[in-house]
Order: sequence, then C-alpha cells, then structure tokens
Amino acid sequence: MAPSDRPSAAERRAGGLDAELIGFAEQLRAEQVSVGTSELLDAFAALREVAWTDRRDFREALATTLAKSPEDRRVFDLVFDRFFFRAAEQQAAQREVVEGAGFDGADQLDLEQLRQQIAQALQEGGEGQLQDLARLAIAAFGDRGDGSGVIGVDVQRIRRQLGLRAEPQPDLPADDPRRDGIPREQLRRFEQQLRRELERALVERTKRLPPARPLSDLDRNLPGGPIQDLAAVHKVVAQLKRRLATQGHERKGRNRHAHVDVRRTMRASLETGGVPVVLRYRPKRPRRPEIFVLCDVSTSVASASVFFLSVLHALHDSFRKLRSFVFIERISEVTDVFERERDFHAASAAIARDAGVADVSGYTDYGRVWSEFLTEVEDQLHPRATVIVLGDARTNGRPPREDLFGAVAAKAGRTFWLNPEPKLYWNYGDSVIAAYEQHCTAFECWTTAQLEEFVKALTGPVVDLAR
Amino acid sequence: MTIEPTSVEQVADGLREVGYLPGEATALVSYLATKLGKPVLVEGPAGVGKTELAKALARYLDRELVRLQCYEGLDEAKALYEWNYRKQLLRIQAEASDTGWEAVQEDIFGEEFLLRRPLLTAIASERPVVLLIDEIDKTDQEFEAMLLELLSDFQISIPELGRVDARTQPVVLLTSNNSRELTEALKRRCLYLWVDYPDAGHELEIVRLHTPELSETVARKLVEVVHEVRELDLKKPPSIAESIDWARALLLLGADDLDGDLFRQTMSVIVKHRTDLELVAARVGVRLGGAPDGAVGSAQRR
Repeated sequence: MAPSDRPSAAERRAGGLDAELIGFAEQLRAEQVSVGTSELLDAFAALREVAWTDRRDFREALATTLAKSPEDRRVFDLVFDRFFFRAAEQQAAQREVVEGAGFDGADQLDLEQLRQQIAQALQEGGEGQLQDLARLAIAAFGDRGDGSGVIGVDVQRIRRQLGLRAEPQPDLPADDPRRDGIPREQLRRFEQQLRRELERALVERTKRLPPARPLSDLDRNLPGGPIQDLAAVHKVVAQLKRRLATQGHERKGRNRHAHVDVRRTMRASLETGGVPVVLRYRPKRPRRPEIFVLCDVSTSVASASVFFLSVLHALHDSFRKLRSFVFIERISEVTDVFERERDFHAASAAIARDAGVADVSGYTDYGRVWSEFLTEVEDQLHPRATVIVLGDARTNGRPPREDLFGAVAAKAGRTFWLNPEPKLYWNYGDSVIAAYEQHCTAFECWTTAQLEEFVKALTGPVVDLAR
Repeated sequence: MTIEPTSVEQVADGLREVGYLPGEATALVSYLATKLGKPVLVEGPAGVGKTELAKALARYLDRELVRLQCYEGLDEAKALYEWNYRKQLLRIQAEASDTGWEAVQEDIFGEEFLLRRPLLTAIASERPVVLLIDEIDKTDQEFEAMLLELLSDFQISIPELGRVDARTQPVVLLTSNNSRELTEALKRRCLYLWVDYPDAGHELEIVRLHTPELSETVARKLVEVVHEVRELDLKKPPSIAESIDWARALLLLGADDLDGDLFRQTMSVIVKHRTDLELVAARVGVRLGGAPDGAVGSAQRR
C-alpha cells in the first residue's frame, strides 16, 4: 500500500508517479476539494523534500499542500486510502499476486480467547497490529469466501461476533477487556481495517477491482456509519458556535457605512495641532436578532433531531434573545431547559422527560402546532424577530394550515425553514414544504456546509424583508 | 548564525531541544516551510500551541521573531508602515520658507520618515526572521487581500518609495482559530497545518517536559482527567497551556496524588466558566471520589 510497496508504479504508466499524483488530484476534485494547479505544483515541490519511503511523511506532505481545511483533510484521508489501496490492489490483481490467506487452522483457535485478545489489543491501542488482528478475526469468524457478499454487512457481523462495543458491558467479568467498552476511535480503525482486508480478499478472488465508490455525503460531512456518535456531531457544532459568535463582525468592509465619532476625532486631532488628520469611527455592533426556534422531534426526523437539538443548543450559547420550542403533535417551550442545562445530554434527556410532547401519538400535526404557537407568542412577534422552523414538513395527511403559518411569517421579520431531507424528496408523499415555502425561505440542511449557508443568511443583513 | 535544517528529523529534534514537542505533522510542515519558503497556515482550537510553535521555531532556527497580532480593524498603517507625520510637519516647518515644494517633497518621503510596522520590519530585516501573523481570522477580508502580495512574492509596494523586496526569506506562520472561513486565495498560497489536542501519551510528555519535578503518577492522572474533561461539552475546553498551569499548581501544592478533594480545589485552573465548573464537578469530581460539598463553592469563588 505504501508507495514503496509498489515499485512498479513508474512502469505502469509512462508518466510514473507524476501521473499518479495528477490522477489523485483529479479524484480529490471529484470529491469537491478544490485543488488548483499551484497547489499541485506545491505538492511536487514538497515531495522533493521528503522521503517517499515513509508512508506518514508522504501522506502529510501531500495533505499539507492539498487539503486546506479540517473538512478537506477528512476527505483527503478517505480519498488517499481509497486511491493508493486501489492502485496497489490493481497491481496485485494484474500480476496475480496472492497473499497468503494468513492463518490456516482457524478452527483450532480458541474463539473466546481470541475475542479477549483482540479486545485487549484494541484497548491498548497498538497501531501496527490492527492489520494482523483483522486478518485473524476474518480467519476465525469471517467464513472466507462465502460471506454475505456485502462487505459492510460482513464487517458488522464480525464485529458483533467479537463482542466489541463502544458502550461499557457491565455484565462481563471484571478482567474482560471489553467490560469498559472499546475506545470509539480504535473500533472505527479496526472496522476500517476489516473492510480493507475483506476488499482485498474479494479482489484476489475475482481478479478485478470493484468499481470505485464515491464518498457519500454522510462520510464527508456529518459523521455517519454504525458508530455515529454525538461527540463528532458536537465537534462540528462547536466550530459553528465559534463562527456564530464572530459572525456579523467581518461581513462589511472596515470603513463602509461607518459613522465618524466626532468626539474621538476631535480628541485625536489634538495630537496634530487641531487638524483632524485621523478620523475615528464609531464601532459597529453586530446584528443580534431575536429568534424563535421551532424544532420537530417526531420519529420521522429522529436521526436529524439529535443534530437539530445540538444546533439549537449551540444557538442558545450565541444568541441571548432566543426562545425555543419543540413539537410533535403539540408544541412545548424548552427555553428554560436549555438555559438550565449546560450539558447537551442532560438537556436532551430533560426534553424527552418533561417537555410534554412525549405523551402524544408521535405524529406531527403542523396545523395544531401553528395555532398553538400563534396563541403563545403572537404578541411578541415583531418585524425584527426571526422564526426558524426545523422540520421535514411531513404532515401525515393532516391539513398543513399554511394560512396560520403565513400569519406567523407575516408578523415576524424573517422566517426560515430548515429541512433535513434532500431537496429531491421535497413535496413527495406527505411532504408539503411547497405550501410553506411561499411564506418563508427554505433551506435543505443535512450537511454542515448547508448549515453554514443558513448561518450566513441568519446573521447577514436583512434583504428579504419584503417577504 | 541561523540554522538550515536538512531533514524532518532534525527539525523535530531541534524543536524538542528548545522545549516544544512537535506532533507528527508539525515537524514535517515546519521543515517544508523552511525548504519551500512558503507561509504556513496553522489552524486548531485555542491553546494547542500554535503561537508557541512560531516562538519555538524562532528559537530553534536562531532567528528573531516578528509578531503581528491581528484584530478587527487592523489596517496597513499598523501592519505595514506609516508615514511619521509629526516628524514630517516639523521638517516642513524647519525648512526655510524659500525652499521649493519639489525639494521638500523629495525630502519628507524618505526612509527617515517611515515608521516600520511588523510586516515591513520582517521583510526589510538584514537577518532572516520568523514572522508570526497571529489570529488572522480576526481581521477582515480586505486585510487578507493586502497580505497576498507579501505572502506570495515577499515584497511590499509603497507608492512614494516604490517596491520593497525581501532581503532575506522569512519563515511565515499564520495562525487562525477558524472563527471564519479564510479566502481561497490566501489558503492557496499557504501550506496547511491542523493542530489538534494531542493524544494522552504526547500530552503527558509535554507536561513532563514543563514540570519534570512532578511525580509520574500525578502527571499521568492529570492528563487522564484533562482528556476526560475535554470530552464533556464545555464552553471552553482546557488547553495544553492550562494542563501545564495545573501541573505547576499541583507541584506548588506538593501533591503526591490527585484525588477528588484536590481536584475540586484546583479545577478552576483548567475550567473557567461557572456553568462548566458545575458540570465538571458533577461528572469528573464524583468519579474521583471525596466529599462533593463545600469544596465546589470554594473553588468557584477564586
């Protein structure tokens, strides 16, 4: 896999490594990392300075010149692994190199002991052993050759058979390394290794490469997959929090629309004998709108609502005048829950426990939500207020009552709708987003990039007041 | 004189010697920066040693550190150069009244009347320097655009004097807390380095380096606790600088073990918001054991 492992790269194509790198850059571009020619040149210059034989140096040298943000770096790592793994496999398939199956006599292994050993090694976090462990695990549990045919399924099956879980398993004996749970990061790396080994075996069997799989948006943005965990969502939201806190500061040019502070200018002019050489300006205050947020927590948006609640949580940190409501069939105000609970987990638990939405059928009733929202806050809506709705606009066949929603939007200055579904699914089935869209600005919001678009709109100048 | 490293390992060792333990990528990128003459954009959460890296590089390369602290509203006059008008005024007044305008104008726009600000200082220095442009994300996009000329060609244009070229190649580091997206144009000209919180082993090394007198067990426990605290959703997670401060505090108190009580008394060193303090006391303090009441209050009052 390491570049040094494939000395034939130069022979394969006339272009040698240069062509390989350009191919790699092409793949990065295909995944929307903007790699310019100047960056590619930098990459070549950087590679001249480091030893290629060290996989880590090689990778870091490329990363530092090609991937210029944490998000890009994430994509870079995924593409890097995919690209060089495939390149090596293609060579192997062409030359019909078959690596040893690894471990014969798998049936003589003590399976329980093996489980323990693997868990132990994962706990300790050995870097180099992962590959051996993965092979061992496949030999013991993988039924080489007649798996389900879907690699993702096989990976999960092997993981389950090993009894590896991130959560603590208190019913296991005290000396079992799995008792306190395996670190998530380690588990993820192990799964990656399993996947790679299974793919390798597949290529060896079929003697050809499977088609390249483009990265899914989930891979790229919100952490996805079976070990999706809140901490990672939070990392994204934490960044958002910082941006929110500084938004509005830098949007306008320094002196554009600035007001001269006469007092301070006069004071400054004393230094130059009363001639106002330097003008002093009044500082500009960033826009801090008053916000009402309505968040759908029904089952149809279950996967998104964790994300939405944490966004809501972030908003509470950044905007002082914020009132939040959650709804399923009816609405209930949760402003004080968020203000009381600093910890996100505690806040979401408190919402589930005593927000008063848990007692209903679990189907969203938008019509009822609007009417209750109107009665509750009608007097407080004013042209400087912003209303944000987080929901999928699926009414379950109930009347959408867009007239009531229109009334809300008319009273408020701006109304935004964040829909966790891709635009493709809008207005299919019982989705009635079109009915609401005429009263508000709707954003699709299922990746962090889209969320940022929205934050820009939220903190930006009011241009759509006419709506 | 100044040092020219010839391999990544040399940079890593050199940084170690001056008291900075570089992570995997850090040494490599620093090495590339000296070799390729490209600026480095360093991003990461607050307090992971971004600024410290620049200082350490300056010490290791035996170069002077020129620092430009960015803030909202920073402009050319504070970053590049400024004409010293007071001196110019005095000069004009001192001239005999019959001197022609031409002569005066020649006179007052000379180097003598130029106030050098950090960027010009870095460019015009006789000896190569390390230029640190700190918290670039605090400035506005116009300022970024102004930096482009400097970062790609190492030159500054002063209308009255012409172009000032760099006499020596500075090593340039830009740091950002990622509070806003920097422009593509700026990023394209830089190498990119993301510095994150170190893993436990690395952080332990760092703490041991700064407080070698602290016993191994306490240091180990301290790092574990700090990592645990970072996992919580805090307003401000503790940085490396704060773990070091905490290690120093424990050393002063002569701690030989880190238990619940000691933790509650000293945790205000690493946690600095009232609400965060409560959360940390509830989660971590309880796990460490000891009496939870009273001590929390006293820690908060500090």
